[in-house]
Amino acid sequence: MSQNREFFLRKLHSLLGVIPVGLFLLVHLGVNYFSVRGEEEYNQAVAFMEGLPFRYAMEIFIIFIPILFHAIYGLYIAFQARHNTGTYSYFRNWMFRLQRTTGVITLIFVAWHVWDTRIAAALGQEVNFDMMADIVANPVALVAYIIGITATTFHFANGLWSFAITWGITVSPRSQQISTYITLGIFVLLTFVGIRSILAFVM
Amino acid sequence: MSEKMIHLIITRQKDGEGGSYKEEFKLPYRENMNVISALMEIRRNPVNANGEDTTAVSWEASCLEEVCGACSMVINGKPRQSCTALVDQLEQPIRLEPMKTFPVVRDLVVDRSRMFDSLKRVKAWVPIDGTYDLGPGPRMPEAKRQWAYELSKCMTCGVCLEACPNVNDKSEFIGPAALSQVRLFNAHPTGAMHKAERLNTLMDGDGGLSNCGNSQNCVQACPKGIPLTTSIAALNRDTTLQSFKNFFGSDNNF
Repeated sequence: MSQNREFFLRKLHSLLGVIPVGLFLLVHLGVNYFSVRGEEEYNQAVAFMEGLPFRYAMEIFIIFIPILFHAIYGLYIAFQARHNTGTYSYFRNWMFRLQRTTGVITLIFVAWHVWDTRIAAALGQEVNFDMMADIVANPVALVAYIIGITATTFHFANGLWSFAITWGITVSPRSQQISTYITLGIFVLLTFVGIRSILAFVM
Repeated sequence: MSEKMIHLIITRQKDGEGGSYKEEFKLPYRENMNVISALMEIRRNPVNANGEDTTAVSWEASCLEEVCGACSMVINGKPRQSCTALVDQLEQPIRLEPMKTFPVVRDLVVDRSRMFDSLKRVKAWVPIDGTYDLGPGPRMPEAKRQWAYELSKCMTCGVCLEACPNVNDKSEFIGPAALSQVRLFNAHPTGAMHKAERLNTLMDGDGGLSNCGNSQNCVQACPKGIPLTTSIAALNRDTTLQSFKNFFGSDNNF
C-alpha cells in the first residue's frame, strides 16, 4: 500500500460514502419521518435514538469520522475538475457536475445542521419536535433545509450510481443505464421522505 | 458572378510561449472541401480577411482518412479530426482552435507526447522479445478478435482527453485512451501474461484509473466509437480484484 495511496484513498472515499455514511442517511431520514405521525411519536423516536447503547462510539466511528474524511477528500476531488457542460452538455456530464455541486452544498448544509442541532444539544439544548419546529418557523431556514435535503439525497443517489462503477459492479452500458433509472428512483423517493418530514414541523 | 466565400476564424500562437490571438480568413468556396484543404488554401495564399499578408497557419496532418489522429483540433467548439470535418457540413464562420489539453507548439499544432508517454507507462504492447523462439502463442477466438478490434481502433488523437473534465492542469489523470489500451492488451492471449503488471501500474502513483469521475464525455466524443467507459468500468472490476490479491496475498497473482 506504499505506492498506491491515491487508489486506496479514492476507493475508501467511494466506500465510506455508502457504508456507513449512506446507511446512516437512510436511518436518519427514516427516523425523521416520525414527525409526520405527530409530535408525541417523534419525541419518542428521538428519545430512543438518544438512548441507544454505545451512542458516542457510534456517533464518532459511524458518523463523524467517515463524514469528515468523505467531505475533506471529496472537496479535493470536486475542485480538481474543470467543468465543461457548456461544450459537452450530455446527461452524464451534467450529473458529474451536479454530483460535485451538491456535494459542496451538502457539506455546508450538514455543517450548519450539526451546529444547530447536535452541537446545540451538546451545549444543553433538548432535541425534540419543538426544537425543529422553532428552527423551520423561519422561512429562510425552511428553504435552506429543503435545498439541503434535496442536495443530500441527490448526492447519495447519484453517488450510488458511480459507486457501482468504481467497484466494477456495473460494467456494461446497459447495466449502467438501468442503474441510472434505479438511482434516480431512489433520489425521488428519498427526497419525498425528507421534504415531507421537514414540512410536518410547519403544518 | 458573386463568389461564395468560406469564413474561417483561427486561434493562432507563434510558439509555445503563449500569447494566442485570433485571425480571420476568407477563402473562395470550392466543392467538397474539408478543413485541411481550406488550411492548404491559406498556405498557398497567406492573406487574412483584411487583405494583409500574414504567415501561413501551421497544422498537422498525415493520413487524411481519420486513422492517424494527427490533425485533431477544436472545430466550432468540439475536438475532432480536421480531415473528416467537411466544410459543407460546418456552420460558418468556422472556428479553429488548438486542443487546450496539450501544449501548443505553433498555431494548431499541439504536442501529444503525454499520450505516448502514457502508453509506455502502461506497457501498451505485447512483449515477444526473448532469448529463444517463443513459438506462435495461443489462439484467440474469432468473436473475441472482432471485439478487441474495436478497442484497437484508438489512434491516440487526444479527443477523449480534451473532452474529459478531469484531464486538466490541476490533475494528473492519465485519461481514457491509455486505460482502454490496458484492457485491449490484457485481453490479448499473450498480452495477458503481463496482466497484473499493467493493472498495478494503473493503481500506483497519482493520476491513475481511480481519477476517473464518470462524466462519460470520452465515450461520446471518441471519433472511433471506442467503448471507453466500458473499458474503464471493466478495469475498475479488475483493479478491485487485483488490490484484494495484493493485500491479502494470492497464489494466482500475475
